[in-house]
Amino acid sequence: MLDKNGIAKRIAQEVKDGYYVNLGIGIPTLVANFVRDDIEVEFQSENGVLGMGPFPFEGEEDADIINAGKQTITTLPGASFFDSATSFSMIRGQHVDLTILGAMEVAENGDIANWKIPGKMVKGMGGAMDLVASAENIIVAMMHTNKAGQSKLLKQCSLPLTGVRCVKKIVTNLAVLEITNEGFLLLERAPGVTVAEIEAATAGNLIIPGDIPEMQI
Amino acid sequence: MISKTVTSVQKALEGVTDGMTFMLGGFGLCGIPENAIGELVQLGVKDITCISNNAGVDDFGLGLLLQNRQIKKMISSYVGENDEFERQMLSGELEVELTPQGTLAEKCRAAQGGFPAFYTPAGYGTEVAEGKETREFNGKMYVLEEAFKADFAFVKAWKGDEAGNLIFKGTSRNFNPNMCGAARITVAEVEELLPVGSLDPNQIHVPGIFVQRIFQGKHYEKRIEQRTVRQKA
Repeated sequence: MLDKNGIAKRIAQEVKDGYYVNLGIGIPTLVANFVRDDIEVEFQSENGVLGMGPFPFEGEEDADIINAGKQTITTLPGASFFDSATSFSMIRGQHVDLTILGAMEVAENGDIANWKIPGKMVKGMGGAMDLVASAENIIVAMMHTNKAGQSKLLKQCSLPLTGVRCVKKIVTNLAVLEITNEGFLLLERAPGVTVAEIEAATAGNLIIPGDIPEMQI
Repeated sequence: MISKTVTSVQKALEGVTDGMTFMLGGFGLCGIPENAIGELVQLGVKDITCISNNAGVDDFGLGLLLQNRQIKKMISSYVGENDEFERQMLSGELEVELTPQGTLAEKCRAAQGGFPAFYTPAGYGTEVAEGKETREFNGKMYVLEEAFKADFAFVKAWKGDEAGNLIFKGTSRNFNPNMCGAARITVAEVEELLPVGSLDPNQIHVPGIFVQRIFQGKHYEKRIEQRTVRQKA
């Protein structure tokens, strides 16, 4: 079974040379730490920066340079700043190659819910609805089950949706899965995890195409 | 040169009354119009509607107006860092219209540019699209979203000149340029107000035509929400 860094490490393998990548808050942010350093990738943050670098050294934080998680960051050579409308032109206009975001629930048809639990928690959708409605290539990074142990991979989402039929791939602490017309296609198992354990943790339709390889991370 | 300079925040906010709709720039606490917010607290205007991506934190930014119960309605995309906001929203004291972030920005830009509405794919098939016109273009579904209408836009820039030209720094730019000229009156506060001729016309982010009043801001706190650092090796 993977921890959050393990999930990020596996997703980093999906990041290809020349990609512009938008990382959501939470596990997705960690992906930047594991991208191979022999490829060129630029990270976009929806609050208006392309070419994000690592956190600043202590004492060099700048209140005017943050990421979408409101964390202080630095920029790399070639970076640019821009306004919010321009930022979402990059996203809506499909100029960003890969979007990685978290989710509370994903349905077997690719629906995603990640912004609201009615009556309990309302944080808002931020840029998630714009991202999932437009991005061609969306990977969800999340735990396979919630804190109560219930599956987050469902037949149908129970929470208010963020977007419809948009998720392409899911990387969880247990598995890598692809959304197909028939449901969740199991591609890889996390180290030490059995297919039976993945089946038990998946409420939506799970397709098991023969022997499932273990993730190489 | 048409001068936009006013000498104080009080003069900059003349005409602000109860029940108005305001746009406020900023992403989290980054690039918020601290002086204008402070003056709105002083004025005590009530029943206001605020269009702002976030709502500050409990004791800073728009959180100050929330604590004073001055805000009737918030139009935002993300409110996750503000407990008082979430409490007022869940209890029904505060009306909240959650709007996808890109749609929020575009509703400002549309108002600025004279578009009454636009189609966006964001929110299609979700509760955000309920009651809105939808339409198919090239096999994909879109939602019709209308431009904002606001009385004042309060923005914050890094440098500005007396003609109202603005330059922003880093990610404090965010919604600020999109809100300029998107309300009846745009009020810009700047860290550094310079005489005309001091700024290179090639480097202007927002031309002064979109700004009605500009003033030299004071005592910027520029609070950091998440101070993240790495250690020197």
